Amino acid sequence: MPRSIDDDFRALPLQLLADAALSRARDLGVSHADVRVERIRTAALRLHDARPETSYDEEERGLCVRVIHDGTWGFAGGAVLTPEAAAALADEAVAIAKASRPVNTEPVELAPEPTYAGVTWVSDYDIDPFDVPEADRVGLLQDWSRRLLDHGSVHHTDATLRQVKENKFYADLSGTSTTQQRVRVLCELEAAWVDARSGRFESMRTLAPPVGRGWEFLTRRDIYDWDEELTEIPMLLAEKAAAPSVDAGNYDLVIHPSNLFLTIHESIGHATELDRALGYEANYAGTSFATPDQLGSLVYGSPVMHVTGDRQAQYGLATIGWDDEGVAAQTWDIIKDGTLVGYQLDRRIARHTGQTRSNGCAFADSPLHVPIQRMANVSLQPAADGPSTDELIAGVDNGIYIVGDKSWSIDMQRYNFQFTGQRFYRIRNGQLGGMLRDVAYQATTTDFWRSMEAVGGPDTYELGGAFNCGKGQPGQTAPVSHGCPTALFRGVRILNTMAEAAS
Amino acid sequence: MSSPQELAERALELSKADDCVVLVSTDHTVNVRWANNTLTTNGTARSHEVTVISIVRGSDGARIASMSRSGVELGDLEDLVGESRALAENEPTAADDEAPLVRDRTAADWGSAPGETTISEFEHLTTGLAASFDAAASAGEGRYGYAEHDVSSLYLATSTGVRLRHQQPATRVELTGRSGDGSRSAWAGVSTAALQDVDIAALEADLRQRLAWSRRKVDMPAGRYDTVLPPSAVADLFIYLYWSMGALDAHEGHSVFAKAGGGTRVGEQLTDVPLTLRSDPAMTEQECAQFVAASVSSRQSSVFDNGLPLAPTAWIDRGRLSALLQTRHSADITGLPLTPAIDNLELVTADGAGDVSSLVAGVDRGLLLTCLWYIREVDPQTLLLTGLTRDGVFLVEGGEVVAAVNNFRFNESPVGMLRRVSAASETTNTLAREWGDYFTRTRMPALRITDFNMSTVSQAS
Repeated sequence: MPRSIDDDFRALPLQLLADAALSRARDLGVSHADVRVERIRTAALRLHDARPETSYDEEERGLCVRVIHDGTWGFAGGAVLTPEAAAALADEAVAIAKASRPVNTEPVELAPEPTYAGVTWVSDYDIDPFDVPEADRVGLLQDWSRRLLDHGSVHHTDATLRQVKENKFYADLSGTSTTQQRVRVLCELEAAWVDARSGRFESMRTLAPPVGRGWEFLTRRDIYDWDEELTEIPMLLAEKAAAPSVDAGNYDLVIHPSNLFLTIHESIGHATELDRALGYEANYAGTSFATPDQLGSLVYGSPVMHVTGDRQAQYGLATIGWDDEGVAAQTWDIIKDGTLVGYQLDRRIARHTGQTRSNGCAFADSPLHVPIQRMANVSLQPAADGPSTDELIAGVDNGIYIVGDKSWSIDMQRYNFQFTGQRFYRIRNGQLGGMLRDVAYQATTTDFWRSMEAVGGPDTYELGGAFNCGKGQPGQTAPVSHGCPTALFRGVRILNTMAEAAS
Repeated sequence: MSSPQELAERALELSKADDCVVLVSTDHTVNVRWANNTLTTNGTARSHEVTVISIVRGSDGARIASMSRSGVELGDLEDLVGESRALAENEPTAADDEAPLVRDRTAADWGSAPGETTISEFEHLTTGLAASFDAAASAGEGRYGYAEHDVSSLYLATSTGVRLRHQQPATRVELTGRSGDGSRSAWAGVSTAALQDVDIAALEADLRQRLAWSRRKVDMPAGRYDTVLPPSAVADLFIYLYWSMGALDAHEGHSVFAKAGGGTRVGEQLTDVPLTLRSDPAMTEQECAQFVAASVSSRQSSVFDNGLPLAPTAWIDRGRLSALLQTRHSADITGLPLTPAIDNLELVTADGAGDVSSLVAGVDRGLLLTCLWYIREVDPQTLLLTGLTRDGVFLVEGGEVVAAVNNFRFNESPVGMLRRVSAASETTNTLAREWGDYFTRTRMPALRITDFNMSTVSQAS
């Protein structure tokens, strides 16, 4: 049954607050004003060795006003939801616009967008995780932790559950007003093995991704098979603990979506954010090698590479109805046949670069934060009749199959990256062998994607993602999904992390 | 709007839990951000949050739950307090056990109103920035950066008679300079209590020197180099080390501070270099909260410890590992002193002298860095960290900077690195480039490290 927006959010004086702020802003002579009223509920549970370590439930409510006054941005936010407070925020937003006018050398203009009056959108989920009794939530994590602890190879466990329900109301002077609700959950279990005598330790984590779904993701086997994964984890951990350390060198890699999604996030997702490419993040998150002068010509990867941006994927963490500037959700190409063809945009940078419309990538993580350009679901498309993972492995003589994400790092221009993972399997003569440990892969973005010989078929495609993508000052976090098939890369540099740590 | 004290007292009155802890936090912030010599965003925001921690005690232990709501008024408290208790009742007993709450501590400033800032704080800054933008534009360069002034106030009240307050002003200003073609970049940053202390012209002078050094550029390969890390880079590495000092993880054997054979490495000489890593709530110009304030329990903090006084603590004492991050629960398990986390960090060496340039003067052939970025843990066993150099790496020959070189990815453990410190400067206030978002109060020396592991070249500029 389709979900509807919670009554207690609709019961807030949303339109009254918007009218108070927008009319005050109009009276103060702004060329643009928008208002957001938000309620963000977050809960987290963390169990160590099946005992509760952290339990919290947080709800942030707030209201903010953003204006363009004399060509200059102004933004003010607060927690008091009254028309008087809303009008006062409009005053404050104009005051900070005036105070920052001396350092504004470029009048702000926004790309146009049709008006959407009184529209609503709710994400695709069945069971609101905030409706689940606490005893059920904690009971499930305890049960799963104990299942892992029952095995001799598992000495400690960590179980983490995070759930978010985000309600946003947006209204602007053009007449757009949107009301939205979305839900997301993240659940991870990690098992640790410790050899007290030698001091060595290893860990193994579940691969279940964070998703834009409800509680059903944890309970319905047809959606995710937790039972199978929890059965495998102790054996996988024991095998990793006993595995040989990798020999550093160049290998062909077959990379599973549970690992590749993060490489896509770092080396494609962030690199194709137009605000970064224009230098807006030069002091913080960094810039991008993929500069706008190379649009249509930069050979990003091999011809099998087709990357899309979207805010529409079912269960995607960046999926919405309208963004935080009132722009409708869209889907577009970023890399086609290996060539850079598109960016992620908000309304200011779309206009600034002469484009007719934003593709809807503005997002603020809090009613106290200004929306900035944030990542869409950026996904690598499978080949329509592409190979299975086994067929990809069959094409490798000397390689490694990588599953699950762990450590990640990339430079300020998105060239040089280094990733580790959860599980690494030796491939010899087209056959999967035993596990390896201490593996990291390191490459330059364009070298890596140009070495992608094949992408798997639709059957290998999975949606991964993260809750905690960071950007902006003051710092903001955003949830985002990345879909991809299993893919094959030739001749990638593998490091031995123990050798790297040797003095 | 109700005062924080009224909210705290009313919540405690309403609580039917065996014990209750209430934290009321307010925050008022003003910020400005710029890029390409123009404003990009700004903002002012006021937040106001009440956290109610209910503790339900039974013969088998204590059950706890933390519940936070923003924009709460007196009339909202009954629901919040009731929901918090209901949540706690449905939890199993907590891992951090049933330690009694701290009793009867009232601070003299408990009755003070929350602190505030104003937009006018920025007038001084915008004048300096406008000049910086003009000069940069005429030199064909760009300026990028961020300034924030923030005043937060925390009120901690418990059903056992604790009434404590902490007000924390924080100012952060960062400035990046880039040449028009993007091939050269430099960064400077400062963290202080008052915006009036920030001298944009001094940050600008620092950028100009580094951008000038970058006019000659040479390529250097990956390898191990004699490397001078400025205080900001040292801060980022030692903040990570500090965050990794959890006593429970060490005790359970899955941390770099776990001892083979069992127990922790506390007492072990990590290095012969006489360096001391310490925290002190009263540290000059880096003052922070003098008591434990935990809105949730975690691996390294416990809500049962709310209100415990914090005392100066040496984590590494003249090269010897002397303490780990503790709660009363973990101190009990590990048999080590109770040394909770403190929100500032200082590294001093017995023989530290001079500044970055003094260390550079001693280098025959090596590298001088500006700052580090994208630092992530690769292997917790050794605390191997990876990350990148950023915004200026310089070749030093014969004690002088002779050229800029490419960026590198490093793979280094701050623990392993302790044994390769060959020289240190005096300790100064600094802002960590990466972790300065979360951890702003640091005092660090510049360090010269033998054989710093630059694992690969990064093309970034």
